Amino acid sequence: MKSRLSGTENFKNITGSEALMLSLLNEGVETIFGYPGGAIMPVYDALYDYQEQLNHILVRHEQGATHAAQGFARVTGEVGVCIVTSGPGATNAITGIGDAMMDSTPLVVICGQVGASLLGTDAFQEIDVVDVTAPITKWSYQIRRAEDVTWAVARAFYIAKNGRPGPVVLDFAKNAQVGKIDFQPSECKFIRSYQPVLEPESTKIAEAAALINSAKKPFALVGQGVTLGKAENELRAFLEKADIPAGWTLLGESAMPTDYPLNKGMLGMHGNIATNIKTNECDVLIAIGMRFDDRVTGNLATYARQAKIIHLDIDPSEFNKNVKTDVAILGNVKETLPLLTEMLQPNTHADWLASFAEYEEREYQTVTKKELESTDGHIKMGEVVRKVSEAARNEAILVTDVGQNQMMAARYFKFTKTRSVVTSGGLGTMGFGIPAAIGAKVGAADRTVCLFVGDGGFQMTIQELGTIMQYGIGVKIILLNNSYLGMVRQWQELFWNKRYSSTPMTNPDFCGIARAYGIKAAEVSDRVALNTSIAEMLADDEAFLLVVNVEPEGMVYPMTPAGETITNILME
Amino acid sequence: MEQKLYTITIFSENTPGLLNQITIIFTRRQINIETLSVSPSAIEGIHKFTITAFASEDLIQKVVQQIDKRIDILKAYYNVDEELVHQEIALYKIATPELLKLGSVEGLIRKYDIKILELNETFTVFEKTGHHAETQQLFKELSETVGVLQFIRSGRVAITRSKVERLSDMLAEIEKKCKTTS
Ligand SMILES: Cc1ncc(C[n+]2csc(CCOP(=O)(O)OP(=O)(O)O)c2C)c(N)n1
Ligand SMILES: [Mg+2]
Repeated sequence: MKSRLSGTENFKNITGSEALMLSLLNEGVETIFGYPGGAIMPVYDALYDYQEQLNHILVRHEQGATHAAQGFARVTGEVGVCIVTSGPGATNAITGIGDAMMDSTPLVVICGQVGASLLGTDAFQEIDVVDVTAPITKWSYQIRRAEDVTWAVARAFYIAKNGRPGPVVLDFAKNAQVGKIDFQPSECKFIRSYQPVLEPESTKIAEAAALINSAKKPFALVGQGVTLGKAENELRAFLEKADIPAGWTLLGESAMPTDYPLNKGMLGMHGNIATNIKTNECDVLIAIGMRFDDRVTGNLATYARQAKIIHLDIDPSEFNKNVKTDVAILGNVKETLPLLTEMLQPNTHADWLASFAEYEEREYQTVTKKELESTDGHIKMGEVVRKVSEAARNEAILVTDVGQNQMMAARYFKFTKTRSVVTSGGLGTMGFGIPAAIGAKVGAADRTVCLFVGDGGFQMTIQELGTIMQYGIGVKIILLNNSYLGMVRQWQELFWNKRYSSTPMTNPDFCGIARAYGIKAAEVSDRVALNTSIAEMLADDEAFLLVVNVEPEGMVYPMTPAGETITNILME
Repeated sequence: MEQKLYTITIFSENTPGLLNQITIIFTRRQINIETLSVSPSAIEGIHKFTITAFASEDLIQKVVQQIDKRIDILKAYYNVDEELVHQEIALYKIATPELLKLGSVEGLIRKYDIKILELNETFTVFEKTGHHAETQQLFKELSETVGVLQFIRSGRVAITRSKVERLSDMLAEIEKKCKTTS
């Protein structure tokens, strides 16, 4: 993000709050998601004078501000910015901060704080934000003097976006907001205790290349590191040179187009069977910007034991954390992949690639066909997802909530463009969907943003419909309504003797709610109406809620039960 | 996996809240901290933490990587005892009349190489430096003979036996980079 200050500014005797505005402009910030309150009022007062330059979106709950900033960051590749008040404002933001930490999303969250003289006294709306957020941020810092504003903001942005991205919290004491300083823009180019990207070791690259060159059955795992490193082209060059098939993690989806021949599909618990089976058959496994989450690996004791493992990552603490690697290549994959590609011999693995087909066919026959091509009975989640995807020419941004809707969306949405998936992977936060879709649409105004959300998750951040209304944010919300906390019900059906403890839900008139917020809405229960409503929804760029009453007791298959060997797959 | 005592050395910026950041990493991995000692290092503005803990090497490695990753940490590494020269200091408060009942105070002082820090008619304070086992041995002997009114032992301090001073080199390097970029 380029500085939006002209460089000629020379502001004498301004408040810390105004210095914050200038510092944000200096970081190139255009959009802020936030919510005011007592301890942040000086900042909001300063913002009043900067409304032209800084687009502040008033959300309806601070959790919404953080998820919106995440959605914004994920589609733009920039840092998402939030401003919230102290105490409850800050604690409401915790879920999004934790989510951003798990999913490596760059955020700067500025919280109001009581004045320095009141710190530690249990003052009204005082919470020890720095310590509460310490384990779920890359950095959290309390600004206690106006003099420190420019330094802290510059450092916050540097930390949030460099290396493995993540959230930063700035706890802004009220006295620092009102204290007077002479403003000098500050820049952070270096922190002596933090080297975001370390030099790749050439010996490791050579070792990895030797392994890949002699491999008969190489297999690559693509994670979000590829998208974060903007290394999509480098990935393809790598895969194509040695003809290596690849699977993707939930957050790695859309780094390769869905129909790209070397893209063999999703990994993990609800992934494709071919990718999971081949993980345990390949001879060299190349993990690229991913962290071997347990939802991907299943039982570690039986995970890819036959393979030599190469791990490329920017974060050294990921090496050997879950899976023991044979060769660890540290660095941004944008730099390390080309170095590796250069040392590869051009190769083909026709038989190995062809061997995926048998499993793809089996999955199609037992799972996919039923999910996408049923013509009678209830509408299924998968077919809704595929129809919306295709109606948007497979060019839309997919945002999901959490649950069956998320897994179905990941499985059946199709992608032709990168940076097109916004979902809560590591934390699995219900309620992520609506605000994240808002942020995604604000960040990518010219693209169609389709949110798939369950009836449960929709009601966790339903108040953000107010934000959609106020700012006319044209998100397409597809509510996959099964009147259940579906994913929990699925586990109850499979592992808890169908004892549906607290999972059925009595739901309101969702369309009525949307209309009360001035949002167009339609509800469908049959296939003919579904098709016309999708067309209606996508006909313009306005917000739309499409409630689809789907099969109440639908199941997401394939499924590897938690903690099982990744090849122990339930197909029905 | 084999549990062993590891010494973790951490160099950090002197920013508030760092101790909390470090200790929660141990807590998350369910490791108890045995000893902890913090002080300014030889380099101005940089603090040094020395922590000991029992764990498997695999786990200690992960914890150290996690600590090293924190922004304000300059460097974290771990060692086993054989790689270190290490020391602890212990203070013992004893009732002077009890002490005087001992046949030979001199024998005790020589045996344990004790330093006397305070002596008055009510109490005496001994200081002993050494390895944990040594300070413990004295504690045991005093407890069984004259009794101990108060006892305190510091955390371990340690210096590596390595012939190359990688850390100083690294810090010098960082300092150089710091000067050229800012
Ligand atoms: C904040 C939060 N609370 C609880 C859960 C546990 N959980 C995971 S999926 C799920 C059910 C989601 O139901 P719904 O939103 O209707 O989606 P569906 O699975 O039916 O598609 C629940 C309760 C969670 N992931 N996040
Ligand atoms: Mg549901």
